Amino acid sequence: MSALSTAGSPHPSASYLGDLILVLVQKEMKVRYKNSWLGYAWSVANPLVFTAVYSVALGIFLRLQIPGYPYPLFLIAGQFPWQWLSTSVGAAPMMFINNASLIKKVRFPRNILVASGVLSDAIHFLLTIPVITLAVLWYGFRPSWIWLPGVPLLAVAQFLTVYGVALAIASVNVYFRDLERITAIFLQVLFFLTPIVYPVASIPPQYQVWIQLNPIAPLISAWQGLFLDGSLNGSVVLAAYAYGLACLAIGSILYRALSPRFAELV
Amino acid sequence: MNAIRLDHVSKAYPRHQYLTHGLKQTLLHLPDLVRRMRADRFLALNEVSLEVEQGEAVAIVGPNGAGKSTMLGLIAGVIRPETGTVEIRGRVAPLLELGAGFHFDLTGRENIVLNAVLMGMTRREVARRFDAIVAFSGLEAVLDEPLRTYSSGMVARLGFSVAAHLDPDILLIDEILAVGDASFQQKCLARIAELQQSGKTIVLVTHDLHAMEQWCDEAIWLNAGTIRQRGLPVTVAKAYREELLREGDMVKHKDPSDERAAPSTQPAPSSRME
Repeated sequence: MSALSTAGSPHPSASYLGDLILVLVQKEMKVRYKNSWLGYAWSVANPLVFTAVYSVALGIFLRLQIPGYPYPLFLIAGQFPWQWLSTSVGAAPMMFINNASLIKKVRFPRNILVASGVLSDAIHFLLTIPVITLAVLWYGFRPSWIWLPGVPLLAVAQFLTVYGVALAIASVNVYFRDLERITAIFLQVLFFLTPIVYPVASIPPQYQVWIQLNPIAPLISAWQGLFLDGSLNGSVVLAAYAYGLACLAIGSILYRALSPRFAELV
Repeated sequence: MNAIRLDHVSKAYPRHQYLTHGLKQTLLHLPDLVRRMRADRFLALNEVSLEVEQGEAVAIVGPNGAGKSTMLGLIAGVIRPETGTVEIRGRVAPLLELGAGFHFDLTGRENIVLNAVLMGMTRREVARRFDAIVAFSGLEAVLDEPLRTYSSGMVARLGFSVAAHLDPDILLIDEILAVGDASFQQKCLARIAELQQSGKTIVLVTHDLHAMEQWCDEAIWLNAGTIRQRGLPVTVAKAYREELLREGDMVKHKDPSDERAAPSTQPAPSSRME
């Protein structure tokens, strides 16, 4: 029963890891809106306000038009998944540092802290899908049956991407605290380099190739296709998964290399 | 059988945090900085070897900065040794920090589950021991109130109650017995004695030499990263007390009215990992 274990390399059982993730996600979910009166409405309010602002500024004032869709609906399809990514990545720099007392004292797989943070943001995103559905119906479109397999398929791809990026940022930030500021700017830049407020088709041909280098561009395009057309483009989904696995690999490598000293530096 | 084995373990920390001097300073003095960071390391533990038998209660004493907390961190598995090996047999319960991961917006009930799982229990194990934990804490009446309404003594009681029911093979205790009121302290000591009798290995970091003599099998005196003395608690306590008295005498013999006295050249005690 008491097997020899070398300190510092925990290999806990899968059922224990499951419990750990569950308990931490429950905590995140309970804590987030515990002291706020509007509660869940905040998960929806943030992307809706941005949708309204861009609808007015770009849709009405700049007269931006998307062939085939009302501009606010197009914004919603990209804005809600983006909200998940930006919340998780924005919180990533502090994910280990805010748990310093835990990391210094208790031996447990620390990447679980990042996984549960990203997972609770994922659940908040999934809880906003009824609002997306209402918006689709409001503009006279129809939700599709493809959503049923499509939403989990894309959510998994997005989880791999966001978890990988968040793990990398959280790990490096323990050593290099400036990354917190850099991440905030990086998110601003990434938002405008991703086809969220404009469609991929409107990008001039000479820049198209650059947009494909953006690891989250295929992901957002896939969500837009799913919510607006009820379609899943195989090559776009494949690209989203390829980028997701690449992010996961980079995050895992950095975490493995940097985590042994976390307890000394957080 | 050994529960804990440290074999020529050394651990050093850089004195300077990485890149905390600002960009300009860093760039201007880069080669110098790298050289300094390499050389200027604080040796928290120096080639320490130690074996603790299963079922033994060991006390670690020593001044601040002697390496006590580093040693507990190594046994808990949160710190990796620079050189040497650390082998642990069985589940370690770190009583290093009571209530690790408590969230003050959650209720006492929610925090018991959260803390117990973070300390290594599965949810099934928590469910089985939940009533015992609550009964031990004596906090039934406020169990569904948020933790921020608790007094600090109550929070500590909840933390100890969870830790005391972890059913570990090895308990690491870092000077926590100054927790709660007198009757709860008695309860803590009784629980630790009970765990000790049931064959658990206990490592206790303490400044309370009396407690050490009373219920430890062995004592280790750490000083400046090495084991200065190891033996029966009574013997080690006697030697340690004499050393403390000698230091006390030296302080007393300095004339405090002499204003020209050179400032103390003693290095400030390092507080890393404490």
